[in-house]
Amino acid sequence: MSTLTHELAPSIGSLALSALMAVAAGLIGSFAVMRRMVLAADPMSHIALPGIGIALILRFNPLWGALALLLLGAVLIWAVERRTRIATEAVIGVTFAVALAVGSIITSGEELIDALLGAPGTLSLHEAAFGIVGSLIVIVFVLRQRNALVVRLVSPEIALTSAVDVARLDLYFLLAFALTIGLGLRFLGVLLMGSLIIIPAAIARRFARSLGTMLWVSVAVAVAATVAGTYVASLAGRPSGPYIVMVAGGLFFLSLLRRRET
Amino acid sequence: MVNALEVQDLGVRLGGTDVVRGVTFNLPRARCLAVIGPNGAGKTVLLRALIGALPYSGRVAWAPDAVLGYVPQKLDIERDLPLNGRDFLRARAALAGSPAALQTEALRSVGLAEEVLSTPIGNMSGGQFQRLLIAFALLGRPNVLLLDEPAAGIDAPGQAQLNEVIHGLQDTREMTVLLVSHDLSVVYRYADYVLCLGRHGACFGPPRSALTPETLQEVYGQPLGFHVHTHS
Repeated sequence: MSTLTHELAPSIGSLALSALMAVAAGLIGSFAVMRRMVLAADPMSHIALPGIGIALILRFNPLWGALALLLLGAVLIWAVERRTRIATEAVIGVTFAVALAVGSIITSGEELIDALLGAPGTLSLHEAAFGIVGSLIVIVFVLRQRNALVVRLVSPEIALTSAVDVARLDLYFLLAFALTIGLGLRFLGVLLMGSLIIIPAAIARRFARSLGTMLWVSVAVAVAATVAGTYVASLAGRPSGPYIVMVAGGLFFLSLLRRRET
Repeated sequence: MVNALEVQDLGVRLGGTDVVRGVTFNLPRARCLAVIGPNGAGKTVLLRALIGALPYSGRVAWAPDAVLGYVPQKLDIERDLPLNGRDFLRARAALAGSPAALQTEALRSVGLAEEVLSTPIGNMSGGQFQRLLIAFALLGRPNVLLLDEPAAGIDAPGQAQLNEVIHGLQDTREMTVLLVSHDLSVVYRYADYVLCLGRHGACFGPPRSALTPETLQEVYGQPLGFHVHTHS
């Protein structure tokens, strides 16, 4: 199999791919934060673990196992939430706590650490292609559906009378959210990808008074943290995930120094 | 279809309880129906069933050309939500394929200044936001407007202004209006029909004939000291 190796990192191609994923994370994170799904990102990422374990047992690429379980988990949350009318966060919390337990049973310790924190070794062309296509799907979805997402955010009832298929929109949003977590699997690990989705959007929310500003600031912070974190990690010869999240977290604490305008 | 809406034996069951049951009425086009009843009588549930947001039994038939605009009960918007009036109206206009000029017209119809376009919706006063919700509904070019206690939580002058806005829209655009209200003076003044949801079933008819002191006592479970002035 042909590969893009980590010797290329932080090559232009590798950085561009990371930045594209960061754009997707910044956009989907903006709506996740506005929909009060801040605490959902981390537990949701845990469902990737049993997928990784199953993929390793069946000897295929762990990324596909993780992705399959993430998307399945999104559908599961959507269905349970619709049938029981329980809050999304509660459904996600229960589902993924169970997934984490199952994942830790069927995954070895080393594989678990790689999955949680990322293992930026070799990146196959398939994985790179998935990164590009997956990021573009998330970016196009958010930009095309932003009006429906805004109306849904304010009130599901008025969305319904605005010809928005709320149930389908909710499903697509959860799938896009799960896909974004899947995108970060190889670079940041499932634990840290949740942070890249949430932290830039949380910073943006502190300052934004309009949707446009929210989206731009969130994307800019996500890309800046990813590029800077990847670069510093390459200098240190260490995996990039923790550095990316440290930069994002640092920017968040810096943002606290400025009072929000009301 | 002469009527904008025909409802027959409508029932809504939530959590094993019949919240609404046996509601039957027809609403002619360009008329105003006020829905009244005590708290918990199922007024909001009825409106949500009518727009298709809740499952129901019975028959709900809107006129084939009915375009609904819904203004919900006071929404709990977080103060720091980064959406301003422009984002909100632009989203509705884009979904309806309405031109940008319609946004200005909708704002004017509800008596809002253009400054609200740059105001975050979480920072708006109750009256401003309710008017914005009506302007939002107008962008979908509705011929039926459903309003769930639009004046709740607004001061008295603001309520009067809002009622005039709604009545003005009905007059100038020949809209059919369904309005949930606790204010019986509004019901007598503006509504052509009243639907009362009470503890012992529903009543329907023109306010002056449907709302007898006996009916009001039955609906609210206690006598209401409400006097109707008749003008020649």
